[in-house]
Amino acid sequence: MTVGNLKKVLDSGAFAVTGELGPPKSAEGDFIRHHAEHLRGSVDAYNLTDNQTAIVRTSSIACGKILVDMGLDPIIQITCRDRNRIAIQSDVLGAVALGIKNILCLQGDHQSFGNEPGSKGVYDLDSTQLLKVLKDMRDEGIFAGGEKLEAPIDIFIGAVANPFADPFEYRIARLAKKIEAGAQFIQTQAIFDMERFERWMEGIRKLGLHKKVPILAGVIPIKSLGAARYMKNNVSGIIVPDELIDRLKGAKDKKEEGLKICVETIQQVQKIEGVAGVHIMAIAWEEIVPEIVERAGLLPRPTFS
Amino acid sequence: MIVGERKPLQEILENLKPYKKICVMGCGTCVTVCLTGGEKEAQETAAAVSLQRKRAGDEAQVTTKTILRQCEYEYIDEITAEVADCDVILSLACGVGVQTMVERMPDKMVLPGLNTTFFGYPVQQGVWLENCLGCGNCVLDKTMGICPIARCTKSMLNGPCGGSADGKCEISKEVDCGWQLIYERLLKLGRLDAMTAVEPPKDWSSSHHGGPRKMVREDVKLNDSRQS
Repeated sequence: MTVGNLKKVLDSGAFAVTGELGPPKSAEGDFIRHHAEHLRGSVDAYNLTDNQTAIVRTSSIACGKILVDMGLDPIIQITCRDRNRIAIQSDVLGAVALGIKNILCLQGDHQSFGNEPGSKGVYDLDSTQLLKVLKDMRDEGIFAGGEKLEAPIDIFIGAVANPFADPFEYRIARLAKKIEAGAQFIQTQAIFDMERFERWMEGIRKLGLHKKVPILAGVIPIKSLGAARYMKNNVSGIIVPDELIDRLKGAKDKKEEGLKICVETIQQVQKIEGVAGVHIMAIAWEEIVPEIVERAGLLPRPTFS
Repeated sequence: MIVGERKPLQEILENLKPYKKICVMGCGTCVTVCLTGGEKEAQETAAAVSLQRKRAGDEAQVTTKTILRQCEYEYIDEITAEVADCDVILSLACGVGVQTMVERMPDKMVLPGLNTTFFGYPVQQGVWLENCLGCGNCVLDKTMGICPIARCTKSMLNGPCGGSADGKCEISKEVDCGWQLIYERLLKLGRLDAMTAVEPPKDWSSSHHGGPRKMVREDVKLNDSRQS
């Protein structure tokens, strides 16, 4: 079975770059095509979010198929919020049949955050169990219920980690657990609190987890002071230190300062032992990704014949 | 206990509109303890309904009655004759009580006066907290007495999600993160190892997802006329 570009880059030992694309609240395939085309050559693989923050959008797998057709390597996100194990396993088979190679497993933001707050949350599996179910589908050829798949599948399984959530001390053990369950690559929550991220990585190195799986450090370019304040006060699981708010406040050109902060963050994480790449989440600001990658000195991206 | 909240008075009045002889029936167990459906609340509700109907120029005859448990035939049987005359019973019991009354008095109209909210306990005077979902396969042994199914918003079995911050759940700063509580308890007991093993997918068939549940105990079943 052919290996996807993300796995090739990571296996080569190059510092990987992934970018996030948010599917639209419409059925306009061109929206995704346009953004993906803009990121072509700047990132190695493209995360497609699964109804992010519980807002109804085009399905991540459908968007993934669009990228496959463009010759790009999508990373399909799957949350545990909206589908039970029957639907998830069925969707995974469908995704693989469409040529998708990477699947990122997440718990999912609670439905109360989105545009259907009265919906029923599923949470049949949790994110760790989802990893194990996918690993067993691939490695053991069995579904969660124990029945055999009729033919083998190959998938590259990813997990997320949030060094900024609590209890902090447990976050390292939690990653170890996700790796045991089946995670082959990790993307972290966006880093603004570098001191805490470094402390987390120290714990990761102590357990040797960075040698078991590549860890991609998450970054978000901040477009405005308002966006920084919003994240600080309203987005759970993200820590935005006061110093960063002050730095933006003091800057004449907030966008430029936000960019600088993002590029600096990438350069800082590159120096941390055990960080294998960066994951850029420029949701609703996708067009800035090529500039970030260029300024961070991460071009050209590796290619494989 | 089963915790309930009284329905808004407007909704109750709307539902009672077609009826003239109304009996507001309290339940003497769970909903009495949670101060929503006992004798006192039955009297208050009856007084409010009576007053509003009078004001609307549509007077009704409103009485009250409270039995120890609306969820058991033997207590219902004691009052069937007494309520025979009324057009409707407004039950202030939980959904179990309302349905048991309907089952036992199939010719009688019984309407709910409460919304049954959850299984829980009073944390302090005036505050009740949900802590069991009745999933049918208790995991409290694994988490040392704090339920991840009920206390974690996403019923996770392998630790907290990325939305846990400062001990609170991502949905509200008023809601404790269930896994933070479990973590602290395991830490205190020196049992953090319990959070390192991968917990397999839960078999939800023991819960309502397996269909409406029924328990049969052959050893205590009676074969006389009391079995109806």
